[in-house]
Amino acid sequence: MPDDKAFNGRRDFLRKTLAVIPAITVAGYGVATTAASQAAPTLQNPYRPRFFTAAEWAFVNAAVARLIPSDANGPGAVEAGVPEFIDRQLETAYGHGNLWYMQAPFSADAAPEFGHQLKLVPRDIYRIGIAALDRWCQSQHGKVFAELEPAGQDDLLRQLEGGHLDLQDLPSTLLFSQLWQNTREGFFADPIHGGNRGLVGWKLVGFPGARADFMDWVDRGEKYPFPPVSISGERG
Amino acid sequence: MATTLKPVNAVVVGFGWAGSILAKELTEAGLQVVALERGPHQDTYPDGAYPNTLDELTYNSRGKLFQDLSKSTVSIRHGVNDTALPYRQLSAFLPGNGVGGAGLHWSGVHFRIMPEELRLRSHYEERYGKGFIPEGMTIQDYGVSYEELEPHFDFAEKVFGTSGTAYKVKGQVVGDGNPFAPDRSDHFPLPALKDVYSAQLFRKAAEEVGMRPYAMPAANASGPWTNPYGVQMGPCNFCGFCSGYACYMYSKASPNLNILPALKQSELFELRVNSNVLRVNLDSDGKRATGVTYVDAQGREIVQPADLVIVSAFQFHNVHLMLLSGIGKPYDPRTGEGVVGKNFAYQNMATIKAFFDRDVHTNPFIGTGGGGVAVDDFNADNFDHGPLGFVGGSPFWVNQAGSKPIRGLSLPPGAPSWGSGWKQAAKDAYTHTLSMDAHGSNMSYRDNYLDLDPTYKDAYGQPLLRMTFDWKENEYKMTRYVTEQMRKIAEAMNPKAIAVHVKNFGDHFNTRVYQTTHLLGGAIMGSDPKTSAVNRYLQSWDVHNVFVIGASAFPQGTGYNPTGLVAALAYWSAKAIREQYLKNPGPLVQA
Repeated sequence: MPDDKAFNGRRDFLRKTLAVIPAITVAGYGVATTAASQAAPTLQNPYRPRFFTAAEWAFVNAAVARLIPSDANGPGAVEAGVPEFIDRQLETAYGHGNLWYMQAPFSADAAPEFGHQLKLVPRDIYRIGIAALDRWCQSQHGKVFAELEPAGQDDLLRQLEGGHLDLQDLPSTLLFSQLWQNTREGFFADPIHGGNRGLVGWKLVGFPGARADFMDWVDRGEKYPFPPVSISGERG
Repeated sequence: MATTLKPVNAVVVGFGWAGSILAKELTEAGLQVVALERGPHQDTYPDGAYPNTLDELTYNSRGKLFQDLSKSTVSIRHGVNDTALPYRQLSAFLPGNGVGGAGLHWSGVHFRIMPEELRLRSHYEERYGKGFIPEGMTIQDYGVSYEELEPHFDFAEKVFGTSGTAYKVKGQVVGDGNPFAPDRSDHFPLPALKDVYSAQLFRKAAEEVGMRPYAMPAANASGPWTNPYGVQMGPCNFCGFCSGYACYMYSKASPNLNILPALKQSELFELRVNSNVLRVNLDSDGKRATGVTYVDAQGREIVQPADLVIVSAFQFHNVHLMLLSGIGKPYDPRTGEGVVGKNFAYQNMATIKAFFDRDVHTNPFIGTGGGGVAVDDFNADNFDHGPLGFVGGSPFWVNQAGSKPIRGLSLPPGAPSWGSGWKQAAKDAYTHTLSMDAHGSNMSYRDNYLDLDPTYKDAYGQPLLRMTFDWKENEYKMTRYVTEQMRKIAEAMNPKAIAVHVKNFGDHFNTRVYQTTHLLGGAIMGSDPKTSAVNRYLQSWDVHNVFVIGASAFPQGTGYNPTGLVAALAYWSAKAIREQYLKNPGPLVQA
C-alpha cells in the first residue's frame, strides 16, 4: 500500500491543478468547456467528461476527494475513478431520470416519507446544484468550492448534508445525498462502470467481487483469503 | 381500432409464479392457453449468465429486473383525507417485470403457513375472546384449511426443489426442523442448506436464550434435483447474488427454470411478451368475461377473446385490473362496503445489526437467498398474546442472502457518515457484521385499502392504483415487543455494538426504506361475497370465469414470506378449475 506521504502529495497536486479551472469559468461556460479538455490530461486521467462542464468537473473531483479521501487506508474516490463513474452514469437512462415515474404534478413540500417528489432528475440535481453551491461559495468566500481549502470544503459538505445551506434552486440535502450515493456506488461498483479502479473499494472492505462461489467457505467462520476479481477478470 | 384475435380457452395475465402454475395446470387439462406478460422475455441464460449478472449496480441499485416505474406505478398516502403522491423511485418494495416476474429475482425463502393463520379471526376470537381484536382491524378467515392446502404445499415444494428439515411427517417427529411447523405429508425434497457462520452464531445464541432454532426452508437447491416436470436444478454455491438477480447456477427456483421449460413443450401454450393488459372485457350484463384487451410492443390495441381469464399478475396489478375492468364492487372505507381494494396489507419489519471484533469473520458476501436459521417462538400465535394485547408476530432469522457493499454495508452507531472516519469504519465493519430480522406480520384495517387515483395516470392513460396505508397501534406494539425478544439473541452473541432498527410509536409508513416486496390483499378470498372479492377457490364472486391468483387473495399479512402460500393457493385453485369448473362452468360456491 502506498504510504501516507505519497497520497498527501498527490492530493495537493490535484487540488492545486483543479483550482486553476474555476477562475476561467467565472467568465462563462463557453470557455470552461475548452478548459476541460486541457485540464483532463494534466490530472493523469485521460477521461474526458461528457456531461460535466469544466467547472462541474472541478467540483465533483474536489467534493468526492473529501467524501472518500486518500489516506492511510488507501486510495480515495478520485483515485478510484468515481468522477468518471458519475459522469458516465449521467448519460444513462438513470441519469436522465428515465427509470423513475416523472409525471406531474410534483410536490415540493411533500413529507420526507414519500421520497423524491421534485421534478429534478440526477442530471438536473448536479447541473443546478453545483451552480447554486458555487454561486453561494463565491458570494461568501469569493471562491468556488473547488478552490477552498480541504477544511473549508469539509465544513460546506457538512452544512449541505445537514440542510443548513440555502441554495435557492434546490434543497442542499438533495445535492449532498445524490453526490454521496453516487460516490459510494462509484467506489464499490464493478469497474466496468468506470469507478472502483484497481478494485480499491472492494479491497478496502474485503468484498471478493465476482468470485461468486463459496461452496467450500460457507460454514468456516474464517477470514476469506482470496483477493477480489471483477467481471472482466481483473484481480485486486 | 383494436384487432380481435381468434378465441382461446384461457388467457393468463402476468407470467410470474401464479401465472406459470396456472398455465401449466390448464394446458395439462387440455386447454389452449395464451399467457400475456407486460415485460420483456428474460431467462437465466443469457440475462442472468455468469459473470455479467454479478453486477450490484445494474441489478440491485438500478433494478434491471424490477418494475419500470416510468410506465406505471402506484400512488401512496397515509390517510383517507390525504392527497396521494406517486411512488416515483423504487425503494420500499420491488415488484418484478418480465417473464418470471418477481419469481425471477426473489430470494427463495419458501414457507408454508401456520394453520391457525388461515382462520385468524376465528382463532383469536376463540382463544382470546371477541373483544380482543381492536376496532377497525378487519382480519378475516381465508375459507380454506391447512389440511386442504397441504397436498399443494407438498407438490409446490417438489416443483421448487425446496431444501429444509422437517419436524413432523405424518404425525411422527422426524427431525430437528421447526417444532411449531404443522404436520407434513412428506419430507422436504432436499436436505437443508448448510448454515453460514452468521447462522451458526444465531443458532447457538437462540438456544442459549431458550428459543428453538431451525433451518429455514429455501427454494435454493442444496443438491442436484429433478422436479416433477423433469426440470433439473444444480446445487447452490452460496454466491450471494439471489435477491434482485437471476440465478446463474440454476439453483434458485424460478418460473423460468422450474416450469417454463416443461410448459414450452406443450403445443397448447403460447407466451406473448411486451403485452400490457388494459382490462378484462365483460359481456353486456357484466357477469361473464369475454377476454382481455392489451397493448402490444408496437402500441397496437389487441382483443384476445377467451373462455377463462386468469388474473395472475403481482398483487397490486391484480387489484388494479379488477378496478379498471369493473369486476366486483370497489371498496369504500367510509361505509366498509364493497370488496375490491379491501384489506390491503404488508409486512412490519425490524432489524438488529451486530458488529463484532476483527477476529469474528461473518463474511456477509457468502449467502443464499432462502437459507439461514430462524426461530418461531414469537411468530403467529405460538406465544400467549393475552397479556400482550396485540395480534400477530414475527419469525426472527439470520437470512444471510449475500450483502454487497453498495447497498449492504452497515456501520455501527456513531460511525462518521463520510470522510476518513467513514472509510475506517467501513473497513472495520463489513466482514464482521451480522444482520437479523424480525419479519413481522401486518394486520388489515378498515382504512388501509386500494382504489384508483384521481390525478395520476400510467403510460396508457389509465388512472394509477392508489394505496392508502399506515401503521397502526397494534403494529407498533407487535414489532416493538418482538424486537425486544430478538435483542436477547443478539446480546447473547456478545457483539462489540448493536444497532436496533425498529419503528417508534407514531412513525408513518416510509416509502423510502426497503421493507419487503410482500404486499398483499385487495382482492381477498373468503366465504362471504359481502366481505371478499373471490371465493375459496379464488374465483370472482361476480364474474365466474375470472380467477384472481396471488397474494392479492390474503386477507391479512403473516410473518412468513408469501410465495409458498401463493404457489399452494395457485395449485388449489387450478385443481378446482380442472376438476369442477371445466365440467360445469359457473360459480363454484353459491353466494
